[in-house]
Amino acid sequence: MRRILPTLVTGALVLPALAACSTFGEEESASGGTEKLVLVAHESFSLPDELVEEFEAEHDVDLEVRQPGDAGAVVTEIALNPDDSGADAVFGVDTTFASRLLDADALEPFEGDLPPGADAYELADEDRLVPVDSGNVCVNVDTGWFAERGIAEPESLDDLVDPTYADLFVTPGPVDSSPGLAFLLTTIAAYGEDGWRDYWRGLVDNGAELVAGWSDAYYTSFTAGGEDGQRPIVLSYDSSPAFTTTEDGSATTTRALLDTCFTQVEYAGVLRGADNAEGAQELVSWLLSEEVQAALPDNMYVYPVRDDVELPAAWAEFAPRPDAPYTMEPAEIAANRETWIGEWREETQR
Amino acid sequence: MARGDAALTRPLRLLALAALPLGVVAVFFVLPVGAMLARGLAPDGQLDPGGLVEVLGRDRTGRVLWFTLWSAGLGTVLSLLLGLPVAHVLFRLAVPGARVLRALTLVPFVLPTVVVGAAFRALLGEGGLLAFLGWDGTPAAIVAALVFFNVSVVVRVVGGAWAGLDPRAEEAAAALGASPVRVLLTVTLPALRSALASAATVVFLFCSTAFGVVLTLGGLRYATVETEIYLLTRAFDLPAAACLSLVQVVTVVVLLALVGRLRGRGSGVVPVHRVPPRPRRARRGDVPALVVTGLVLVATALPIVGLAVASLQVRGEWTLANYRALDRPGITTALDVPVLTALRNSLQVAVDATWMALLLGLLVALVVTRRTHTRPERVVRGLLDGFFMLPLGVSAVVLGFGLLVTVARPPLALRDEPLLVPLVQALVALPLVVRTLVPVLAGIDDRQRQAAASLGASPARTLLVVDLPVVWRPLLAAAGFAFATSLGEFGATSFLSRPDHPTLPVVIGRLLGSPGTTGAQSNPGMAMAAAVVLAATVTLVVLAVERLRVPSVGAV
Repeated sequence: MRRILPTLVTGALVLPALAACSTFGEEESASGGTEKLVLVAHESFSLPDELVEEFEAEHDVDLEVRQPGDAGAVVTEIALNPDDSGADAVFGVDTTFASRLLDADALEPFEGDLPPGADAYELADEDRLVPVDSGNVCVNVDTGWFAERGIAEPESLDDLVDPTYADLFVTPGPVDSSPGLAFLLTTIAAYGEDGWRDYWRGLVDNGAELVAGWSDAYYTSFTAGGEDGQRPIVLSYDSSPAFTTTEDGSATTTRALLDTCFTQVEYAGVLRGADNAEGAQELVSWLLSEEVQAALPDNMYVYPVRDDVELPAAWAEFAPRPDAPYTMEPAEIAANRETWIGEWREETQR
Repeated sequence: MARGDAALTRPLRLLALAALPLGVVAVFFVLPVGAMLARGLAPDGQLDPGGLVEVLGRDRTGRVLWFTLWSAGLGTVLSLLLGLPVAHVLFRLAVPGARVLRALTLVPFVLPTVVVGAAFRALLGEGGLLAFLGWDGTPAAIVAALVFFNVSVVVRVVGGAWAGLDPRAEEAAAALGASPVRVLLTVTLPALRSALASAATVVFLFCSTAFGVVLTLGGLRYATVETEIYLLTRAFDLPAAACLSLVQVVTVVVLLALVGRLRGRGSGVVPVHRVPPRPRRARRGDVPALVVTGLVLVATALPIVGLAVASLQVRGEWTLANYRALDRPGITTALDVPVLTALRNSLQVAVDATWMALLLGLLVALVVTRRTHTRPERVVRGLLDGFFMLPLGVSAVVLGFGLLVTVARPPLALRDEPLLVPLVQALVALPLVVRTLVPVLAGIDDRQRQAAASLGASPARTLLVVDLPVVWRPLLAAAGFAFATSLGEFGATSFLSRPDHPTLPVVIGRLLGSPGTTGAQSNPGMAMAAAVVLAATVTLVVLAVERLRVPSVGAV
């Protein structure tokens, strides 16, 4: 008998608490007579609510964003149903995956105009993929670590195979990491079809650590990323130094090596079979507007394609951009990606 | 009623009970997975057996399959060996704090693999506490992580059955002079056979479909069927992905058939004790079990303590800033909503997933444990039993994309339905619920039900007075399981996550996926703090749920 009271009390407390938690009580978002507009984007897509609400009010649409995963998942979802993907527009397809949407014939031409600066990122003879932002994948170094030891910081790809920097570099591999793939492409662009495998052999011989994902490299192994990292050279982005500031924001503790960068462009497009094709065209134009372009750095860690919007102060101060980054055509990447990854596995996993 | 009639109506009645779970699994599992297989195997509407043979003949396929089998097999064996003593100590012995420890064993279950991967690498990698083992980037690290995740499954599934086991047979054997080891081998383990087989099956399926830990801890050197399917799908090599998915399904079916035979051999279903025996005090003979339990708990705690320590540091200094940041909107650009809002979303989803999994699981368990009279009935029952295990053995990527191309689209168009995510998670938890309930339900002597019926009790009342009191505790244990599974599920649901309602694992993934040590807190620190909050939440909820008792049992 004495067990009954505590039982009843716990029950009385727990059950309603759990019931209140159910999603059943949730109110549906009201969407009166406004038309729906569906955007498929990668998981990093994020813009301020005010901007989105402004867009919805101006065009009288209800914007719905679907995020099935990274750029690879976005492209796969659309390519599974290229005629009717159930969405109107796509954002976040990057250089390494762009060709798959074109091959699947999943896109309509964009009818709007490109803003100033965007033409630099445009694909030749291609009006279906619209460049929205770009970023560079670059080797980063922990400046404090090198200063403390009086060792000169590395500057180039060649330096990474120099014994001075033995056992100091960590990078995600190209198998399951977008920056990792970009770094493989960097080495192919830099050393050519004939030389890149030798370079990777040199990297491995020089003690480079290969990990699965960017966060494994940056937060677990990099000295300036996590709390227990052991390696002061890491593969990351040109914007990363803007996010390793001291607590008062007056200085940064890392630096991107601007001679080791590879440009990734992210594209948007209007989907074939869109229910709301007009809205989709307007949405892509909106992604290129000054307001959205100016919001990109703070919200998605990427640079706008427009050259007439201001960058955040920390970026302007701590994250200079490379003058002549390595690049590669999406079609060339698409044609060789799996072969290169296979060869990379052979080279690094003996 | 004529005998022939009864033989016919019983299977029909079984099927009627099974109708709801069957329908749900058909629509939300068979349909999506079937759609993906069809796309891969018959891209133009025509089956292409040549492609199947080509993929199966690849050197790589053989290597991947072999690695999957042995790593999952080893992970299963080790989980069983280490889990059994822990189950004995936590469920049979009167040890202080057993209840809290039982709840804590679920913690590894809810931790996102990204977090566990980071915690393991911090321990095993350069400069880590266990770096001297040299496990970083080796299969040893993968197997260790598999065991870390799965010991709790063994402890819960076997412990639940063990707690209800009638101790008199063991006592009699001991009184007749059998040594403790002999009692264990000849009395206890045979009595637990059904639960052991259940636990081993579930653990093997979990191990063979593990994904994040294989990529993260294997340093990209090792591939399992699951990671290979993921990478092939990314490369849009759908035929090859479908082939491997088929291999996965066939493996699961063969495994289940084998286990079914093993379980079916020997007729004796061991009756459960109607009043659970009270835990007894530890004796000298329990020392080895106590030692193993201590070691397992310490080993399990190490990575968790590691991430708790990481959550308390920013730029090498001790601070609570990562925790203070959890309820502040806009503190980091990586997030649209405060972490605590994501926790609330997670709890909502988990509550729904839990009741769905319990409802479906209870129906399935009732169907498969009814006493069978005829051979066809037994066959149907066996098939149903295996059918509901399938969601554990199939790639989350295949299921995820399959859901996107089927139920998420017209005519069903359920994508924006808030209950879709909990339902999918309930399917993943369903096998666990079934496997927790079946050994106990099977142990109820059918004559008790017959006695109740002959005394005039309706079927509902029989269920209430005969089945429910016995099944109540395992049901609560299963509820804890389902809840934890839902809180931690990331694979299939990440495809369906609603951007305006991110769950906690999604938010942790985002924090770890973007650079940021700009203010007083840091993104990785916040991710670790969020993981600690997740672990604490599941412990508290499971503790509270397991306090619930049926008054009639409590009053006995």
